[in-house]
Amino acid sequence: MSTVLTAPPVETKTNYLNESYGIKSWLLTKDHKRIALLYLAAITFFFAVGGFFAVLIRLELITPAGDLMQPETYNKAFTMHGVMMIFFFLIPAVPAVLGNFLVPMMIGARDLAFPRINLLSWYIYMVGGVFTLYAMVAGGVDTGWTFYTPYSSTYSNTQVMATAIGIFILGFSSILTGLNFIVTIHKMRAPGLTWFRLPLFIWAHYATSVIQILGTPVVAIAIVLVGLERAFRIGIFDPKLGGDPILFQHLFWFYSHPAVYIMILPSMGVISELVTCFSRKKIFGYGFVAMSSVAIAVLGFLVWGHHMFVSGQSVYAGMVFSILSYLVAIPSAIKVFNWTATLYRGSISYQTPLLYALGFIGLFTIGGLTGLFLANLAVDVHLHDTYFVVGHFHYIMVGGAIMGYLGGLHFWWPKITGRLYPEGWARLSALVLFVGFNLTFFPQFILGYLGMPRRYHAYPEEFQVLNVMSSAGASILAVGYIIPMIYLIWSMRYGKPAPANPWGATGLEWQIPSPPPSYNFEKTPVVTEEPYVYSHEEAQVV
Amino acid sequence: MTDFPLLPEQASTIAQSVDTLYWVLVAISVFFTVLIFALIFVFAIRYRRRRPDEIPRPILGSLRLELFWSITPGIIAIAVFAYGTVVYFRNSAPPADAMEMFVVGKQWMWKIQHPEGHREINELHVPVGRPVKLVMTTEDVIHSFYIPAFRVKMDVVPGRYTTMWFQPTKVGKYHLFCAEYCGTEHSRMKGWVYVMEPVDYENWLSGKATTETMAAAGERLFQKLGCQSCHRADAPGRGPVLAGVFGSTVVLATGEKVVADESYLRESILRPQAKIVAGYRTLMPTFEGQLTEEQLLQLIAYIKSLGTRERIDTGP
Amino acid sequence: MSEHTAVAAVEHPAVLQHQFDDLEQQMDASTLGMWVFLLTEIMFFGGLFAAYTVYRAAYPEGFAAGSLRLDLMLGGLNTVVLIASSLTMALAVRAAQLGKRQDLVAFLSATLGLGLVFLVVKVFEYHHKYVERLIPGPNFFFDGPHAAQAHMMFCFYFAMTGMHALHMVVGVGLLTYFIAKARSGRYTAQYYWPVEVMGLYWHFVDIVWIFLFPLLYLIGHRGVH
Repeated sequence: MSTVLTAPPVETKTNYLNESYGIKSWLLTKDHKRIALLYLAAITFFFAVGGFFAVLIRLELITPAGDLMQPETYNKAFTMHGVMMIFFFLIPAVPAVLGNFLVPMMIGARDLAFPRINLLSWYIYMVGGVFTLYAMVAGGVDTGWTFYTPYSSTYSNTQVMATAIGIFILGFSSILTGLNFIVTIHKMRAPGLTWFRLPLFIWAHYATSVIQILGTPVVAIAIVLVGLERAFRIGIFDPKLGGDPILFQHLFWFYSHPAVYIMILPSMGVISELVTCFSRKKIFGYGFVAMSSVAIAVLGFLVWGHHMFVSGQSVYAGMVFSILSYLVAIPSAIKVFNWTATLYRGSISYQTPLLYALGFIGLFTIGGLTGLFLANLAVDVHLHDTYFVVGHFHYIMVGGAIMGYLGGLHFWWPKITGRLYPEGWARLSALVLFVGFNLTFFPQFILGYLGMPRRYHAYPEEFQVLNVMSSAGASILAVGYIIPMIYLIWSMRYGKPAPANPWGATGLEWQIPSPPPSYNFEKTPVVTEEPYVYSHEEAQVV
Repeated sequence: MTDFPLLPEQASTIAQSVDTLYWVLVAISVFFTVLIFALIFVFAIRYRRRRPDEIPRPILGSLRLELFWSITPGIIAIAVFAYGTVVYFRNSAPPADAMEMFVVGKQWMWKIQHPEGHREINELHVPVGRPVKLVMTTEDVIHSFYIPAFRVKMDVVPGRYTTMWFQPTKVGKYHLFCAEYCGTEHSRMKGWVYVMEPVDYENWLSGKATTETMAAAGERLFQKLGCQSCHRADAPGRGPVLAGVFGSTVVLATGEKVVADESYLRESILRPQAKIVAGYRTLMPTFEGQLTEEQLLQLIAYIKSLGTRERIDTGP
Repeated sequence: MSEHTAVAAVEHPAVLQHQFDDLEQQMDASTLGMWVFLLTEIMFFGGLFAAYTVYRAAYPEGFAAGSLRLDLMLGGLNTVVLIASSLTMALAVRAAQLGKRQDLVAFLSATLGLGLVFLVVKVFEYHHKYVERLIPGPNFFFDGPHAAQAHMMFCFYFAMTGMHALHMVVGVGLLTYFIAKARSGRYTAQYYWPVEVMGLYWHFVDIVWIFLFPLLYLIGHRGVH
């Protein structure tokens, strides 16, 4: 968005990175930008841990016999893969790194409303991480990331408690981040920055924050109850003691289905920024894209029962959850069509962030459409808990959320570090990722319909060909993740210095130097226009 | 089937309808995927940046288009929902003449018992062409009974009964999986379903050592536990008459009415004080922890064998 | 805007945080922050209430029987204590708004005192339950036809009142901090709202108890038994 500044920005030599040095200046920082980098380091570590377990899983599944690992080991591997990737990577990835860095800057604020709480939420995240890592080292946990009772509460004799405590603690970090964003977006917008002048990235984070503060406490209490049941042998979920194991599933999915939207909505916000910037056009249908984020957040709370179509819940409940799930298709379709329409008559430049954005749109489309199968009562009876589900949610989480995260990381990398990354390598890795991803996860749709159940350590021989394809794809995918890790780290030192606005983007964050000074804005900016104004020519009517 | 099948075998009456629905969904998905990919591809080529300073004319949006692409997917979604729900409901209730089998899940095996009393582990023999209803429970954690070739799956939940049914259409040997993660040997909790010609099935039944039927075993247990001293066969004793109780509507002391299904009988045996029939006192001892899941199923089979009819139990 | 900032910063160099333009914005943000936090808390207790509702509907007799073993007198006393503490808290906020330091310290101390009374009574209640073997777990003993269900009722009793007591402990800690700050004259008629924000939290914890008391203590006393 174009802004009227009371004075041109002064190029300062000091920025948030070089203002102070030493480990203490980082660990005690209250600067949202430094906290974002603390998160970046932490989630990259947890992503690597989660990735390591993914490698183990794919290696085991190359052969039908469970010959590489003991079943116990395999069960722990897929549990740790899920726990690490979902709770410690996907949920915080975009909000805690890009959101933390950008939300204040995009609305013209000097920091988030509560900088100390922001730092606190990073520490809470780390404490949660330490507990979970302890659980991993002390023998691991084998309940699956879903912790279904009564297996988790009574039968599993692995480190359920330590993991549960870790995830419980981690939840507060997520709640506090959401709280901080909501207050910041409500109260700290620059003069003139009305709600409908907000960048879509902000709308997406607002919707995400609402889910975080409303959903996370419910899963927290469910985990507390599992912990109490395990510790004191009291019967809340164990039917032997009069409890109801299905109630846990209700409480769990009441959070964990909206949690899917915690993972995907921020990435959708990123995509709106990328598509507009690299086609130099206003977003097509701003209001619809903004409101569809809110609609997804609201609907997300009403569909949890579609995880339980075969759990024995009433067929009528299943019917209601099925139709509500189908309604989510509408805001999702609105987003995809509007992004595509934004490209129409644009000036499209194929730079790395846009490649990720286009990859996102394509993969999210497939992920979303395969959701139609799983929301369908008759088909889901067959597909529930098979590899079709695994394929579907990886298309959303990896093809969607991670593509968006990487696209955003590349887009704002010059702003974050003040350096440019090597464009050629970056484009190559985006391509490798796209190919590797599809090869890994597309065969899983077929495997699922053929009937291969998920979480199987050994499987019948007729499923081998597709599993080998998937494992081969995973090795390509791994290369696609390692390349950016190398060149991004390399560029921090050797990359070409980045100008304030390397992409010619609108948006307040591009009006200040790269990297930004600690207080972001010398003077509070005044916003006079809508976002994404690349041209002052009169808008065309279609 | 080719060497590279895309579908599991269709071996039940519902497989065909589920597969048709599946292909409809595949067609919709392919259509929209191709549409989006093609649009992106065409736009990306056609509107590529030709000059570095090129600024396209802005387009605000279009209410007509927005409505078009909200309503169209909306209609498609509702239509697919309706289609799926119809298929699901058409197949949700088992036919009245279904033969009943009993399944007990246990880490990590499936224990199956035929009404005639035959027991199987990780194997299920059924005759082709006859509807089969499974009454299922588990001794420990949640499992899920899954036969891909029949397109059926149902979770098996401790402390309650779930049911599913199917009617095999094709003789053969099909996979049986546990689909809900249940612990260490989850991936070995699988077996085979053998669909046989009715004659072969009869031979198979008679070829096995004859054991007493489930109802007979239940009757023996009924007597051993001394149930008949209160639940007398002829006239109401200290407990209600059980003949014909299954499937009937029972009036409780609280005035509530419940249908006496498997879950009700189970609860009344394990925790008799939970739902007291109107006119009776809380005398029956609890059998919680004293009966195995299989014994419970035998007792229920016995009570069922006493007849099922519609009636209102009004007490003594 | 920036002019305003400068003035505000001069007036209250200690209390205005750098990310805010002026004190009003800071106050708005803090207040909204607390409301959002309370929303989270509602969802947190809401999960417990939902689970409670499910089981109470499933086992009405057991829950009523368990409820009869709770001490209505002590529970009622605690309800009165908490309602009184909400009053003193409201008076403390009033004193802060008027800039009356003495009154503020007095009312905050009264609130703290009542909070401590609540916790002490709670400790006595828990101790009675321990003596009567009503603590859930292997030692639980309940004489009557609904022992298993009463056991579950006590699981919920301890989970819900325990969570509530934990919030009370946090509240007591906050009050102690605020009393110390108030004594040193940190709060003025312009900078009164931290007390108000803390008051929101205190009232919320009180309201939770207002729901807990009838749900746990009174269900056994409906006259049908």
